[in-house]
Amino acid sequence: MSSLARTPVMFGLGFLLLLLGLWRVDASPLRLIEGAQKLGWLVVLMWPPSAGGALTELLAALAETVAMAFLGTLLAVVVALPLCFLGAGNIVTNTLTRFTVRRTYDGLRGIDSLVWALIFVSAVGMGPFAGILALAVPDIGLLAKVFSEALESADRRQVEGVRAGGGSRLHAIRFGLIPQVAPVMLSQTLYTFESNTRSATILGVVGAGGIGLALGDRIRLNNWDEAAFIVLLILVTVAVIDSLSRRIRLRLIRA
Amino acid sequence: MSATAQAVEARWRRERSAGRRRTLAWSLAFAAAVSVAAVVGQVDIARLLAGLPRAADYITRTIPTLRWDHLAQDLAEWMWGFDLWLELLLDTVLIAYAGTVLGGGAALLMSFAASATLAPSWAVAVSRRLLEFARTVPTLVFALIFVYAFGLGPLAGLLAIALHSFGALGKLFAEVHENADLHSVEAVRAAGGSWAEAMRFGVLPQSLPGLLSFGLLRFEINVREASVLGIVGAGGIGEELYLSVRQFEYPDISAIILLILLTVTLIDALTTRLRHRILGAESLRPA
Repeated sequence: MSSLARTPVMFGLGFLLLLLGLWRVDASPLRLIEGAQKLGWLVVLMWPPSAGGALTELLAALAETVAMAFLGTLLAVVVALPLCFLGAGNIVTNTLTRFTVRRTYDGLRGIDSLVWALIFVSAVGMGPFAGILALAVPDIGLLAKVFSEALESADRRQVEGVRAGGGSRLHAIRFGLIPQVAPVMLSQTLYTFESNTRSATILGVVGAGGIGLALGDRIRLNNWDEAAFIVLLILVTVAVIDSLSRRIRLRLIRA
Repeated sequence: MSATAQAVEARWRRERSAGRRRTLAWSLAFAAAVSVAAVVGQVDIARLLAGLPRAADYITRTIPTLRWDHLAQDLAEWMWGFDLWLELLLDTVLIAYAGTVLGGGAALLMSFAASATLAPSWAVAVSRRLLEFARTVPTLVFALIFVYAFGLGPLAGLLAIALHSFGALGKLFAEVHENADLHSVEAVRAAGGSWAEAMRFGVLPQSLPGLLSFGLLRFEINVREASVLGIVGAGGIGEELYLSVRQFEYPDISAIILLILLTVTLIDALTTRLRHRILGAESLRPA
């Protein structure tokens, strides 16, 4: 079959799959209309957003969220730095080892941090510590992979140049390798911090510290104006962290 | 030493000390950030050291007993809920798929208005703010709210995924449109086509491979997200996982996580192949 004839068939199958999905989740028009009406009511209840007199408590929870994201990223970097050498093809030449190591990194990444949070809350108790671990574990997989790719793409000739100029092995790493890989690693780390700030806002829903706990509570208790206020706080925080991190990243790249 | 050499030397010293001061300032800022975060995040080294063995112990417990001579029997016992879990996993993938398609469809409609090269600036500003909102609110927060409005179950999860994907994809789609060559838009307009026709016949054919590729990437992410939405009662495999964690059914936890991992890996491999085919088809097209 020519590709021109195949395209409508593919789109048709895709549409059928969509209908199957809608049928499976029982998305009847009646349910949708009723839900939309209820949603409209919720939006009315959300206005105006109000802190409900707990502004300092909420700001503290927000600070805890950012702290969790920061420490989770830091922990992930500290663990991923030595691990990345195992995954780099120009350092570990054994294909089987490298393959196993890389699949392990993928495995850590494949599970959402919320699942890890659920497990760590159950293992080490509620609080920000479980959240830090939950953020760090999938990031270890991600950062180890990205770091080892940075090592692989580093140009050998600069290292050889330092060695040829009479530098020691340490000099070769300091002046030949680090200037090449550090900007990539740092900017990836900052990206991870941004994404962790987003993830950290919801970990509290399962008890792993941060603003998510307050949000989950307000929704369960039907305090919709306070829930809306918390969502707005989250939006502002994420925007601030994003712009800060972007500025640091640009400076690092220029320096 | 000549004057030039001295000037060079002095310049080098100045630059080096400035560089050192910069490094010192960054290190101090970093150290301050770490200590503030440690205080705010209630990091207690003693608790941390006490917690790590407990975490390790927990993970050891989830490892099932698999004996070589009773392997089939042990595997069957470990995967006792396989039929139910498989059904829930298929539901999860279906939720992610339907959410991606619905969100992507809405994003496609909105993306033309959000492209700076194609729409008036007021439309771009309004639609970008809308997309930004949908993208910044986490899927789980939408799910929490929708569970309340639409009732417990996968419908709430599907809508949450659709709304978040709408925001994420709308931005990316708009950027793809902005890269499109505007000559074909002018051509459609010159032939008497309306703005909508210019978008349909001038822009869409150019952006379609990019849109499909981003849509497939989003589908991968959404499968991961759909696997956790069950934690707040929004359907999928997450509900079973939540139950088994709450009831301390250790081997079930590892079984379900392994199945989620396999599903995610399978979907990743599938979408990667599809993406390569789509992008390959694009490179084959006449320029």
